[in-house]
Amino acid sequence: MSSSNTLDQPLSIIEPHGGLGVALIATLRRDLTLMLRRRSEVMNPLAFFALVITLFPLGLSPDPELLATVAPGLLWVAALLATLLSLDSLFRADFEDGSLEQLLLAPQPLAAMVLAKVVVHWLLTGLPLALMAPVLGLMLGLPAGSHLILMLALALGSASLSLVGAIGAALTVGLARGGVLLSLLVLPLYIPVLIFGAGAVQAALLGSGVAAHLAILGALLALAVMLAPWAIAAALRISVNG
Amino acid sequence: MSFRLQGCQLRCERDGRELFRDLDFDVEGGQILRIEGPNGSGKTTLLKILSGQLHDFDGELRWCDQPLARVRDHYLTNLLYLGHAPGVKAALTPLENLAWYQALAGDAGSEATRLTVLERVGLMGFEDVPAGQLSAGQQRRVALARLELTPRALWVLDEPFTAIDKQGVEALEQRLLAHARRGGSVILTTHHDLTPLGELRRIRLGEGGRHVIQ
Repeated sequence: MSSSNTLDQPLSIIEPHGGLGVALIATLRRDLTLMLRRRSEVMNPLAFFALVITLFPLGLSPDPELLATVAPGLLWVAALLATLLSLDSLFRADFEDGSLEQLLLAPQPLAAMVLAKVVVHWLLTGLPLALMAPVLGLMLGLPAGSHLILMLALALGSASLSLVGAIGAALTVGLARGGVLLSLLVLPLYIPVLIFGAGAVQAALLGSGVAAHLAILGALLALAVMLAPWAIAAALRISVNG
Repeated sequence: MSFRLQGCQLRCERDGRELFRDLDFDVEGGQILRIEGPNGSGKTTLLKILSGQLHDFDGELRWCDQPLARVRDHYLTNLLYLGHAPGVKAALTPLENLAWYQALAGDAGSEATRLTVLERVGLMGFEDVPAGQLSAGQQRRVALARLELTPRALWVLDEPFTAIDKQGVEALEQRLLAHARRGGSVILTTHHDLTPLGELRRIRLGEGGRHVIQ
């Protein structure tokens, strides 16, 4: 064994030395790499979103006026369900291979570390959904003037959905089939986001009061950013060591 | 600076079964403590309690003469816990896996260190292969590489010899001895003999909450 390196020197107790920034960036990078290597998991919610919206004109009626009136609600419900679909895998792989246990034992604040994981989830689920929505909106005959508002509302709202959903995912990660329970836990909390999200697009169609809806979505997001990381961290501790 | 982990009057019950009671022990720098017992006797539970993961037990844990709950950050900075699951991401290469663990400890580290450490656990040539394509033993070696990656005083190892081949076992035994000689300490469970390590301090967990300390 070579002894040319610092690994063989006498060791001593080390004081906690922070390094939260390094750990956060590494976690962001790791989760992004992981997700980009399992593309199907990224594509699933997007494909679901597109499929559901494609089916509506076929099932409902091809009448553009009717479709345009229901479009905000349809797009929002489909995006919400697509997000829900992707939540179950948020912590599951980490739980199964033991890296979640290691994350809990890291000398970093767990709330910050899980926030990094949720940010990755939003970047690869909520944000693509928001970017995709105008294309599907066109299919439903949504007037072009409301597309920007649709994207903005979905981007803001889906961030709240990711944060709140992660609490449910953390609570159910230890259960073999947590999917249905996860939906039951999380859906009631999604309702305000759905109401104000769809409301923003509706308001854009009517040409009034968009700012108020977006402001409320922003407020919901601010609340979620403040509280959800602590709840996710606590839920993970319960699930992993329950 | 030396350190000490103490357990005072530990008692733990699982599903109405008492795993151990009145368990007192202490581990200081330079010592190796082995926890023995038949399957289901609570070895893993005890290790999880000692690593600060489980909290539903009676008694007190002290780190450097302070209650563990109060110096948790300090404790975790100096603790390395390897559990049953290796904690290795199948889709990431050994190098990427180690980079994350190094960053979790708070420093970015260098690729050179990671390569040296991988070479020492016999994974030279596999550093860029996704861990999912490696054998169970090789994945375990990636996890074991963490022992050398970040210097931690206290190692808590749950069955570290699982899936490791003969040479690997010998190398790991030497690694444990070297760690103790450097002033670190190890708490481990294993069904291996560990003869090269000489006489070890042991806690033997048994039926109905009885235990023996040797």
